Amino acid sequence: MVQLLFTILTDGLIYGSYLFIVAVGMTVIFGVQRVLNVTHGSFYAFGAYLAAYLGGIWYDHELPDFGGFVIIFLAAIVVGVFFGILIERGLLKHLYGKDEHIVVLATFAAFLALEGVGLFIWGTDPYFFYQPQAMLGYVEMLGMPYDYYNLSLIVLALIISLSIWYFLSRTIWGRLLRAVIFDREISQAMGVNVTAVFLGTFILGTTLGALSGAAIAPTISVLPGIGVEVIVLAFAVVVIGGMGSIPGALIGSILVGVVRAAAVHEFPQAEMFVIYAIMAIVLVFRPEGLFAPPAVRKI
Amino acid sequence: MFSDRTIVGVTIAVVLIACATFFIPDWVRQIGLLSMAIGSVALGLLVLWRTGLISFGHALFYGFSAYGVALLNHLGVRDAFVLVVVSAAASGLLAWGLGFLVRRYRAIFFALLTMAFSMILYGVLAKTERFGSTDGLNVHPPTFLGYAPVDQAAQITLFLFGLLVIYGLMLGVQIYLRSVLGQMTTAVRENEIRVEYLGYSVEHVIHIKYVISGLLAGFGGAIMALAVGQVDPESMAYWTASGEFVFVAILAGTGNVAAPFIGAVAFEVIRHFAWEHGANLWQLIMGGTLLAIIMFIPDGIWSVLQRLARKKDGVR
Repeated sequence: MVQLLFTILTDGLIYGSYLFIVAVGMTVIFGVQRVLNVTHGSFYAFGAYLAAYLGGIWYDHELPDFGGFVIIFLAAIVVGVFFGILIERGLLKHLYGKDEHIVVLATFAAFLALEGVGLFIWGTDPYFFYQPQAMLGYVEMLGMPYDYYNLSLIVLALIISLSIWYFLSRTIWGRLLRAVIFDREISQAMGVNVTAVFLGTFILGTTLGALSGAAIAPTISVLPGIGVEVIVLAFAVVVIGGMGSIPGALIGSILVGVVRAAAVHEFPQAEMFVIYAIMAIVLVFRPEGLFAPPAVRKI
Repeated sequence: MFSDRTIVGVTIAVVLIACATFFIPDWVRQIGLLSMAIGSVALGLLVLWRTGLISFGHALFYGFSAYGVALLNHLGVRDAFVLVVVSAAASGLLAWGLGFLVRRYRAIFFALLTMAFSMILYGVLAKTERFGSTDGLNVHPPTFLGYAPVDQAAQITLFLFGLLVIYGLMLGVQIYLRSVLGQMTTAVRENEIRVEYLGYSVEHVIHIKYVISGLLAGFGGAIMALAVGQVDPESMAYWTASGEFVFVAILAGTGNVAAPFIGAVAFEVIRHFAWEHGANLWQLIMGGTLLAIIMFIPDGIWSVLQRLARKKDGVR
């Protein structure tokens, strides 16, 4: 019993951290720009692909093992900055102020196109990037083996959430960002360069998306279509946590992770839909999300 | 009713297509069948979209009905009329039930709630062995009121059957849109509070729309199940299926009840030829087309046809 509980909690924490890492970029972008960004799935996929591709070259030349970790972050930054600028300047810039649906659909279109581009660049064969995971080995807890790499995802999730918290509440840039979230027009009138804030936020979100892909890449085979599922998972986390709330996304991810782990062990038929069931329940009873503060209705 | 230009036009087009059925190659007929299925769902989206609501989860009703056909088929029901009507009605019933929840939501919340429901269906279908898990179920060729055609005759009969169904759907939706309830559509989109003050219930209007829309998607799913003889969760209930329906609805525009079917034909033709040149091209073309439509012709293909027609009449 204790062992089962422990397994569920650990699995849940790992999966929850995975969800948080995957969804946090989308949450940031939604929180600031009110854009539900479907291309997030592409950033995830491109991050994973670039990391796996570079990792392949790196390990083929038998360079030192720890390089894999550098590659993960390098791939995330390269993909994040490049696609962040491309999508924000090339697409979203023309869509601010338009109907929410239209923006979602435009990013959906861009996602489809980017999926095609990904196939052109990397083809349909899978890429493998298992070395960072193999290198760290595993630990046995209560008779169950756990990969150190998977456990390190929990640490990564913590680092990301703490950095974002620090950035938002302790730096001048974070304060500007919160001003823009609170009221875009007034901030603009006060001299905040909203265009720059939007671009910066978007690049941050994109980089986080690419980082999630690059960080997950060692645990999966990198195949076409890996970005598709990530989008709906991230949607679910954004909704459950409260549209755009980062602490909400963190708590929501862990909640969903633990519930899903419990389902996997006790009621496997529910594994695939439990997250969407929670999403539906949250939307029905608290559409503003579990942890969103009550908002003043603007008329 | 006969003074309605849309109804007259649709009737003429349906009769012409019915006659042409006997002279077209099999693959064209198959594209036609798929377009009927996708077009029915897009017609359902049109009904909602006129109120400003977009559902990202219409695969729920589409998949539900398609699986309804497959399961009834496995129980021994072979008649196409029974299969399609019962399955679509079941979808309508599901929409009625969910409608009590969904009708309270607008904008992005509406889209996300409907998506969540459809993903639940996907999870259930993909994990239930009785429904064939991820492999899905096959559907035996149907009979039509005792008539059991084979080979090419079967496809022709199914095509004519599908044509009959979508003709009925288009007439039904056209009559609905012209009724008081249907005319409320735009009013709800423009100003819900005023509609309430006029004495109508906005939630009621939206609920009815949602049921009609679910019913239409149900017909689409049922036709698709019969046309491909196979149902599976990946292509019938996953969110990408819902995305394709929205794609077709955007491509078509909301100008006319026939538009979704024209959009669906365009969609299936693009898909057919893109696939021949490789799968990577398909997504690139689809994404590019959708972007171009959103940016340059937000009212869809129908608005272009309309403009062309007006030019020809010399009216601007």
